[in-house]
Amino acid sequence: MSFIRRQRYLVDYILSSMLRRKGKNFGLMLVYSLIVFMLASVMLFTHALKQEMGLLLQASPEIILQRMVAGRHDFIPETYLEKMGRIRGVTERKGRLWGYLYDPSVKANYTLMVAEDQALDATEVIIGSAIARARGIVPGDYITFRSFDGESYSFQIKSLLDHETEIVSADLVLLNRKAYRALFGVGEGVYTDIVLSVSNAREVPKIAEKLVQRLPDTRPILKQEVLRTYDAIFSWRQGILFVLLAGAIMAFVIFAWDKASGLSAEEKREIGILKSIGWETSDVLHMKFWEGAVVSLLSFFIGYLFAYLHVFYASASLFEPVLKGWAVLYPQFQLIPSVDGLQVATLFFFTVFPYVVATIIPIWQVAITDPDAVMR
Amino acid sequence: MNRISLDNVTKVFNQGRPNEYAAIRGVSLTIEPNKVTCLKGPSGSGKSTLLSMIGCLSRPSSGRIHLGDQMISGLPERFLTDIRRHTFGFIFQQFNLIAGLSVIENVILPAYPLAPDHQSLMMRAHELLARFELDHKADSQVQWLSGGEAQRAAICRALINNPQILIADEPTANLDTKLSHAFMGQMSQLRKLGKTVLITSHDPVVFDSPVVDSVVELLDGSVFLGEEHAA
Repeated sequence: MSFIRRQRYLVDYILSSMLRRKGKNFGLMLVYSLIVFMLASVMLFTHALKQEMGLLLQASPEIILQRMVAGRHDFIPETYLEKMGRIRGVTERKGRLWGYLYDPSVKANYTLMVAEDQALDATEVIIGSAIARARGIVPGDYITFRSFDGESYSFQIKSLLDHETEIVSADLVLLNRKAYRALFGVGEGVYTDIVLSVSNAREVPKIAEKLVQRLPDTRPILKQEVLRTYDAIFSWRQGILFVLLAGAIMAFVIFAWDKASGLSAEEKREIGILKSIGWETSDVLHMKFWEGAVVSLLSFFIGYLFAYLHVFYASASLFEPVLKGWAVLYPQFQLIPSVDGLQVATLFFFTVFPYVVATIIPIWQVAITDPDAVMR
Repeated sequence: MNRISLDNVTKVFNQGRPNEYAAIRGVSLTIEPNKVTCLKGPSGSGKSTLLSMIGCLSRPSSGRIHLGDQMISGLPERFLTDIRRHTFGFIFQQFNLIAGLSVIENVILPAYPLAPDHQSLMMRAHELLARFELDHKADSQVQWLSGGEAQRAAICRALINNPQILIADEPTANLDTKLSHAFMGQMSQLRKLGKTVLITSHDPVVFDSPVVDSVVELLDGSVFLGEEHAA
């Protein structure tokens, strides 16, 4: 009880002490919060993007089979569906048709994909929201694409793709099989790739092995690999941002060290007074520990809170271009709030802990001097 | 009641260095309890150094200091602090109040490490301020106080832990004659309350005051003369 009361007295003293040096402490907290805000924003955003990707890709097929010709991806004949034979564990297999189309009017690449399940007419398309925004079109309007042989084909927009999936569907155009073949000049009997659904995820590597044996000119791409690639891309982008932020972090370390450790003559005198009126060295250290803790914890929470609001309510507007990485068509989507405990702990350890240590050490040097210094 | 006795006490600064300097040289004396004792002498005579050793603010280079039966000169800092906060109250020449804090906050500051009940601590602080006619200034910032008010705030702070011995280092150096007389009146009050008061001064208002029971004169770090005043 007495211990808690003593800590309360010390915190009380620290708070009044901090208010006495408002300028110094608020300046320090502002810079501190800003650093935490930037680092936490990048961490939260990257983590949430990875989570989002993971969730969306849950529904995607386990294996994508591509045909390779001279080391490059080529169309895969329809006969390969028969040629691969029956493989245990594969619940569904089908050919997909997709491709890229450059739109010079908005200087962007669209992904065109045949959607068998959407029951689209040959003159209808469903488009991603980013395309609608870039072109300024709404369902019911027409969009014109230039085909492989220079012909123009107009399509009526049936609807827009679900906003929830915008992270992966921003640049997507869904169309009819016939329209696709006409637009790209792709004949019957071939697909872009074949997708296979597998119910038991542990069977996937074995199935992939069988596919390579039976169809040696193909390359199976596993869902885990896609997820890993996305993970690597976002981690790489996070790394790039951290490197860019390193300069700011270094500047903060120097600033914090100077502010926290450089005791003014007034502060030294104050410690002398406290010691002479009966405070022990440990009391002074406790008090300074609380000061460091109050400044760093408060800054950490303020910085983290603003980062949370920035990422999940303001769509991370500051870091969006780097972390999302679409060149022209920026997806607009609200991330599902998601916080990784380990990331919070890491950020906490690398910001709060060094600051508290940086505060304590120089104080200790002053606090162990004889208290009679104030009498001289 | 604790008697303070010093036996051949020496304090050397910068020991072993070319600028070695002996501030106190073999001082032996006894300070009686419940009396007002004044250490008198010119600047540099070692008054403050001696006072800081008696008040457990520093340790002698050699010799012994006893507080009652306990030898305090060889104790580690932790124990010295404990004795200091329970036994001594300090009044400094520059008052050493912490600017930016109110009078009441300054007064209760020595009690923080002891963590008493907050309500009773505030009550005690207000009682002290009332006794020294400063209660109306309890919430004022100390930097706005006059010299006499700051002095009284410092006395209240020195008394907050109810110490047996009060130590005042050149308490009248920043006061005019009227306030110096008032200060001695306050010391007289404290003696009546059973406190031991130890003052350093080279101000005649202090050492010639009838409040002072005995005067010890120091010169170049040694006891030059000791005299008892008729009570």
